[in-house]
Amino acid sequence: MCEIACSLFHEKKIWPEASRIRVFMLVPGAEIPHFCAQCHDYPCVESCPENALTISKETEAVLVDKEKCTGCGLCIKVCPGRIPHLHPTENYILICDLCGGDPKCVKVCTEAQFGALWIVNKQETYSYKLYAKRPEETTRNLVINLYGEKGKELI
Amino acid sequence: MRGYAGKFLEIDLYTEKMKDITFDEHILRQYIGGRGLAAKILWDRLGERWETIDPLGPENILVILTGPLTGFFPGSRICVSGKSPLTNGIVGSTVGGGFSVELKCAGYDGLVIAGKAAKPVYILITDSRAEIKDASHLWGKDGKETLKILTKEGREELEKRAPQHGEWKEPGALYIGPAGENRNRVAAVNAYWMHGAGYGGYGGVMGSKNLKAVVAKGTGPLPEVADLEKTLMLMDKISQGNMKNTVVTRQWGTGSAGYDVGARTSSEPVRNWQEEWHDEKSFGVDKFEERVWIKRYWSASDFGCATACLKLATPKTGPFKGAITDNPDYENQAYVGTNLGVFSPEENVYLMALMDELGFCGIQGGNVLGFAAELYQRGILTKEDLGGIELKWGDAKAFAALIRKMAAREGIGNILAEGTYRAALKIRDLKNVDVLQYAVVEKGMAIGAHGIRSRQDYPKNISYACSVQGGDHTSIAHPILTHENSELRIILHDSGVYCWFNTFDVSEELVWDIFEAVTGWKVGSEEWYASTARGILHIQRAALLIGGPDLRWDPRVHDDNPPRFYEPLPSGPYTGKTVNKAGVEKAKKEYYEGVGWDENGIPKPEELKRLGLEGVDRKLKELRF
Repeated sequence: MCEIACSLFHEKKIWPEASRIRVFMLVPGAEIPHFCAQCHDYPCVESCPENALTISKETEAVLVDKEKCTGCGLCIKVCPGRIPHLHPTENYILICDLCGGDPKCVKVCTEAQFGALWIVNKQETYSYKLYAKRPEETTRNLVINLYGEKGKELI
Repeated sequence: MRGYAGKFLEIDLYTEKMKDITFDEHILRQYIGGRGLAAKILWDRLGERWETIDPLGPENILVILTGPLTGFFPGSRICVSGKSPLTNGIVGSTVGGGFSVELKCAGYDGLVIAGKAAKPVYILITDSRAEIKDASHLWGKDGKETLKILTKEGREELEKRAPQHGEWKEPGALYIGPAGENRNRVAAVNAYWMHGAGYGGYGGVMGSKNLKAVVAKGTGPLPEVADLEKTLMLMDKISQGNMKNTVVTRQWGTGSAGYDVGARTSSEPVRNWQEEWHDEKSFGVDKFEERVWIKRYWSASDFGCATACLKLATPKTGPFKGAITDNPDYENQAYVGTNLGVFSPEENVYLMALMDELGFCGIQGGNVLGFAAELYQRGILTKEDLGGIELKWGDAKAFAALIRKMAAREGIGNILAEGTYRAALKIRDLKNVDVLQYAVVEKGMAIGAHGIRSRQDYPKNISYACSVQGGDHTSIAHPILTHENSELRIILHDSGVYCWFNTFDVSEELVWDIFEAVTGWKVGSEEWYASTARGILHIQRAALLIGGPDLRWDPRVHDDNPPRFYEPLPSGPYTGKTVNKAGVEKAKKEYYEGVGWDENGIPKPEELKRLGLEGVDRKLKELRF
């Protein structure tokens, strides 16, 4: 549902692969919402040779300048979670922009009473970077938590 | 055409040729997608020689179809069909999971798969590119291992092709386990370990084609709809209705019914339907909640679903530690629980997880297991017959051993793998005992876990006897043709293709509104019940009655309940209740008349001509008495 909400807001279509938040499920039952964690040092912004990535003053989310982005993929490489991904048909990168401060994914997740996504005020005392992880890594941890020791055989 | 990706992929596994095909708008408007379009495709291609087609032979055609509402109506599903190895008719069997939306986003509304591959293969679709890939390394693997390898290989292939893309989200997959590979008639087509298109027996059809799996990744958007704003508003409204779903609750899914349908409505199969009542509080939903459920809402399983009826279950300690399944949902609590005399959540999870891994339909498999156990109880099947298994009610380990034999078609398992009805015929001949009286099936297909004797549950006395999908509890004949549970209504959902559960607490008007907002077609209930649904129903009915090659159903004999349903209930608050034969005969005639069938249950010539089904009429001439 979050992928529907996100792609509708950004693309005016239901387009899971163009959603800025993507729910991976490499092992059934272990859904991993994969989207920008807003690292304190923003390695993606630092890496961009075209200065296509900036940090929003209002939300501190990463903003993509579609005109400047060449789709080189450097930001994917430097992201600890390989979170940015290319737009399926256009040549620019997709990164969660928090919908300008009113994230639609959170809204729908809350309405559906799943409570997997919610809004918190950003605090400098936490390393959000810890949440920038590749889906495999999160999955590996989660399946052991979910299914116990046998979980590690599942991925 | 709105709501459709616009093309279907036709694959011949023998020649390895693939091509895109399309259907004219008037065909799609008439047959929609999923179950309806499956009936049309199968009839057009096989109808003339239907009785000669072996469902497990290379001539059968497997269709896997979405519908225009798939991806839009909350709770996406996909419909698997073909000539059913259980009923010899056409069954529309739907399953959730990620494959439906991935396929649509890849630009395909469905797959039409003919022929048989020379060796095990799987089909990988990535947008408009489709390949037949070797599956010899997957053959013999259970569901968990199969999906693990498919996910890994799929992602590696995508990464290889587009290394710049970033992380590739896993493709969607439908696959079979060893049961399907061994052409088991009670095998399911599975997704996400524990979802299955079980009714129909299409796991065996995939196996007979040497087709282990179909895998899809689509990077495009869902198709354009006629009115996006209205569609979104209605999606929201339907989800809000689903949040208040009073039949399938978010809290329990259908998991509360394992106790409830026995204790309260007396309509649950207990020890092969010898009883339909139990008061085993050990099987209460509270025990499942407290002891085995590890995740309450599992909604990513079905795209856009707010109901999230599935609950992940695994016993954390004890002998069944590590078995994983969902809930189990009611049907599997009943068929792989109470029907086998099993009344503990842990054992139920263990047996169902094993069924999932080996690729069985819980209903079909649980029915034949219960049948075998009753024969053991009666001394008709002995420990020797069962290859050393003492098949006592409630003995989970014994049932597990038999499940493994069935998957491998080993010993007695080879007979039971044929499904309850065919197994009964074989055992009758072997033992010279009329064991058909213990087979609780309808036209070769196990009856869903909702009995009719107590009259406290939703199916009626003719619900199974007159259904075009045999014992399918999700497609019942209903005396009120426009009733929300009537198969004429269900055909819409199965053709749409989306989840029936998500239509509970949603008005029919709302369903038609979203149908129109997506497709732009004004069909509406009047046209639907008078024509559209009837046409699909008649094709299914024709195929069912023509049947063959191994079995044919004579409606004068076989449009009836299994013998057990005429025995009085032996226990519980409805003790003594049974089904009145004269009442069935009366209701049957009224139903025939209502849907346009003659006094013997065969679609009338004028009815078929009215709907443009002259070909069906010609073929049915052979059957008219």
